Amino acid sequence: MRTVEEIKAAIEAAVPDAGVTLVMNPSPAAQHSLLLQPEKAVAVATFLRDSPELAFDYLSNVTGVDWLDKEIAEKVKVTKSVTKTVDGVEQTVDETVEETQKRVEPGYLEAVYHLYSVALKDGPLVIRMRTANRTDKIEMPSLTPVWRGAEFQEREVFDLYGIVFAGHPDLRRILMWDGFKDHPMRKDYVEPDDFEYEPTAHDEVLKRAQERQASRD
Amino acid sequence: MSLLDTKPEHIEGWNRPPVIEPDGEGELLEVAMGPHHPSTHGVFRMDVALDGERVVRLKPVFGYLHRNHEKIAEGTTYLASMPYTDRLDYFCSLSNNWAYALAVEKLVGQEVPERAQYIRVILAELTRIQNHASTIGFLLQEMGASGTPLMYAFREREKILDLFESLTGSRMMCNYMRFGGCRVDVSGPWLAATRKVVAGLPAFVDEFEALLSSNEILMARCQGVGVLKPALAVNASISGPMLRASGVNYDIRKVDHYGIYDRFKFRVPLGDHGDIYDRYMVRVLEMRESIGILNQALKEIPGGPIMDPKAKLRGFRPKAGEAYGRIEAPKGELGFYLISDGSPNPYRYRVRPPSLINLTVLEDMCLGQNVADVVLIFGSVDIVLGEVDR
Repeated sequence: MRTVEEIKAAIEAAVPDAGVTLVMNPSPAAQHSLLLQPEKAVAVATFLRDSPELAFDYLSNVTGVDWLDKEIAEKVKVTKSVTKTVDGVEQTVDETVEETQKRVEPGYLEAVYHLYSVALKDGPLVIRMRTANRTDKIEMPSLTPVWRGAEFQEREVFDLYGIVFAGHPDLRRILMWDGFKDHPMRKDYVEPDDFEYEPTAHDEVLKRAQERQASRD
Repeated sequence: MSLLDTKPEHIEGWNRPPVIEPDGEGELLEVAMGPHHPSTHGVFRMDVALDGERVVRLKPVFGYLHRNHEKIAEGTTYLASMPYTDRLDYFCSLSNNWAYALAVEKLVGQEVPERAQYIRVILAELTRIQNHASTIGFLLQEMGASGTPLMYAFREREKILDLFESLTGSRMMCNYMRFGGCRVDVSGPWLAATRKVVAGLPAFVDEFEALLSSNEILMARCQGVGVLKPALAVNASISGPMLRASGVNYDIRKVDHYGIYDRFKFRVPLGDHGDIYDRYMVRVLEMRESIGILNQALKEIPGGPIMDPKAKLRGFRPKAGEAYGRIEAPKGELGFYLISDGSPNPYRYRVRPPSLINLTVLEDMCLGQNVADVVLIFGSVDIVLGEVDR
């Protein structure tokens, strides 16, 4: 088995401007992964499949991961002018204070592919792609033209996470029904109230049901 | 939208299903096979467009049994998902347990004691035998051999399920394995009973084969039907007996050597034609190899603990990271992908279901065949809807 670094070097030699980043995995499994640029992903995937030294011809697993917006608290030293009374005289002094500042790192949706090689009995190689954000820029290229095994799995990721795979031959919902809105595997998904278990929806329950329905339409 | 309104367009790429043109006489007929068709083993639908008897379009429809297992598992602790894995492929709960335990053990770097490894192999191979026997029984049932072959298979399955029940307390929902070992130890009498059952299995496989393998009807209906080419099988991520029936030598027990499979001598049966008959035959031969593994494991099983003393059950919090673990389940490659963020719940919990992914090529295998053969081709894939829909 080649190391991920060697595979990364091979990709960069074969595909110009591939822009592959190494993502380390700190767990004992040590299955490190390669983060692909969506623009170059199909070219890189085709190279991984067709290169005789790598021959990753078997796409085992495709899945999505939802990473929410992260609020990161950082301690920053800030210099401030403070008015103080020293020895009965009012003075303005510059003082350095430690302050906690909050920075929001935008979330993204991620698709993870696990590759194996049937020809060389090798693997796994983990490749990932990320969307720009979680709301409107959620497109990435489909790898179904390269590995047919992604067909149903990418449909599932589209259904449950809402990643739009450009170039997928038949991108429809697979597990949820066609009229369903929302993507249930997202971390901020709100489960509907159990209206159907109420004998009759009235008063409080009816109000909640209508509010919920209005927010979905 | 009706299947008849869609006009299949030819998409570039050799790994797409072929476009079958109707012969132009008469009209196409759309048939919804399922969700309550008896051959679908549950609730699954195939929308089929027929030109006479010939299938010209086919679209599988899933989701009738969807309960979002992955979301439920992300809302609970690692160990609490173990009984839920039984419900994925409810024929092979012990294999599911092992796959999940393997993924978590990879995530935390957990060792498993010798005796537990042997118990796992014994249970997984017993599971494989009863799954393959029932699958063949169901296949024959769908061919019209109503009842008899299935009951022969279920007679044997019953003996194996009795063993599971006496060991784990449950016939199908075993919930037996733990991260770093197994839940209860096997006793001497249980091992003796298992040896007795295993000693009777070769006679059962012989009987099964004498009745079926050279049966004229079985050969006429299965040979040359539903052919899957090896190149497409690999490209479409097909796994398990279906991949090997297409002649691809890929058995995860041999490739990954997970558990202690490198200690046992066994062969990997392969087919040459990739048709239904090869899938049937590969399963029969795999049962024989499993009996061989069982005999070796039952002979060599050592004493000792069944749980790693360092294994943590309560307050189990893996360090941040991710792991993908997979095993050769009876239906194919069953994998679990876990991401931990250091909390007691998995941040991401993914099941790689062999049943769902093996259906990718259902359309390719069925196009151009008679509608009666669709039932057989579907039966030869061997799926369980609990795992397809999750």
